[in-house]
Amino acid sequence: MAITILIPTALRAFTDGKAEVEAAGGTVGGVIADFAARYPDIRRHLYDENGALRSFINIYAGDTNIKSLNGLNTAVKDGDALMLVPAIAGGSRRC
Amino acid sequence: MLIDSVIPKSRLTDLTNEEISRYSRHLLLPDINIEGQKRLKAARVLIVGTGGLGAPLALYLAAAGVGTLGIVDFDFVEESNLQRQIIHGTRDIGRPKVASAKDSIRQINPHVKVNEYNVMLTAENALDIIADYDVVADGTDNYQTRYLVNDACVLLGKPNVYGSIFQFEGQASVFYAKEGPCYRCLYPSPPPPGLVPSCSEGGVIGVLPGVVGTIQAGEVIKLIVGGANTLTGRLLLFDQWQMKFRELKLDKDPACPICGKKPTIKKLIDYEVFCGLNKPQGEKPVDTLTALELKERFDRGDRLQIIDIREPHERAIVKFPYARYIPLGQVARRIDEFDPSVPAVFICKIGQRSIFAIRALLDAGYAGELYNLKDGVNAWARDVDKTLPQY
Ligand SMILES: [Zn+2]
Repeated sequence: MAITILIPTALRAFTDGKAEVEAAGGTVGGVIADFAARYPDIRRHLYDENGALRSFINIYAGDTNIKSLNGLNTAVKDGDALMLVPAIAGGSRRC
Repeated sequence: MLIDSVIPKSRLTDLTNEEISRYSRHLLLPDINIEGQKRLKAARVLIVGTGGLGAPLALYLAAAGVGTLGIVDFDFVEESNLQRQIIHGTRDIGRPKVASAKDSIRQINPHVKVNEYNVMLTAENALDIIADYDVVADGTDNYQTRYLVNDACVLLGKPNVYGSIFQFEGQASVFYAKEGPCYRCLYPSPPPPGLVPSCSEGGVIGVLPGVVGTIQAGEVIKLIVGGANTLTGRLLLFDQWQMKFRELKLDKDPACPICGKKPTIKKLIDYEVFCGLNKPQGEKPVDTLTALELKERFDRGDRLQIIDIREPHERAIVKFPYARYIPLGQVARRIDEFDPSVPAVFICKIGQRSIFAIRALLDAGYAGELYNLKDGVNAWARDVDKTLPQY
């Protein structure tokens, strides 16, 4: 099933500059894993060293955070869109 | 969410005739009127940061007649700030930002009382400073201060009007733990250092903080006047280049460590440690070469693979000698293009993203020798080839 993933500017360097990519899967977790397999350079941004999703990136299905749904087990269907919403901080050199 | 005014009626005082003339366009709005303007006059707003976001915040809040503005910044005005920080001008280069900002505020509205804090906001001073204010506007540019401001506001029960920017994208919300979620409900912890490029590496379009900071100023005014639908419980996303606004729902997280049902954070913490703690455990530091050490190796005729991981538009600003180009986002995918028998040196603007490239290559199983050029192309321009610009 084709799911659209909306990529924020901060992560587009890892998707060849694309603002939207497609990936497949029946759950949010499956779609994100398929996405990371297609763009291996983004893996480190999405998952920590234990394979858990990083806590500074939120995933939205429609206008709702998957944390308020079923997390990575949230079901998706053909034509759905997921959005990655990372923390952004502006101009610092310090953190 | 409709929020009542954060200013109690008992603090309101009358407007002078001069003030009535100055603010007549507010007084004509039934939703603000005389009473809303009196609340603005009584209000005390703290603006953390007088950079890209703080500039429109301070200018519009001063113009709107906020009685007292606190401004916190320990930085000095630099030339590269002027592309977006419109509260400062060319003649202010080298001055403390709070001094320059105060002059601009005075010029716009002499009725405003300005409190300058020419310090870095820290866990030691934040509660004392913030306690004196009704609303805090977060115009910071780093995660330590952002979490500090969030936590201090939650602990003191103050609304925190949030804005953040990167390249072409902005976020805004109102974090008000009494009424809705806080920043930690959305992002429990910050990215590991170096994982996300900063604006000093990634750039930012100058008008973006103007848009986002102005949205914040509007939210501050609404919290003071009261009765308006604020961004509490909503995250506004703005993409300047696609010219798109999106709105996402923000829920309070019952497990939030500071505003949830069983908070574990009951006082301010060490934010330097908090922001550094997420460094992946057990990762050994990357080997580095300084610009002068790399120059020595060139002069000796060492065989090296020089890999410039910057984007094409950056290479157009300054080229690096002898370099091959593999953008950061493609390093792991193109692992076969490296020769593990020859040491590889990774180059970027300031030596941050290049560390990331090295780690990505190590993750992908690369076994050859890897070095990071410390402080990047800018160090090469500073220490070796002084004909090159730093950017
Ligand atoms: Zn919270």
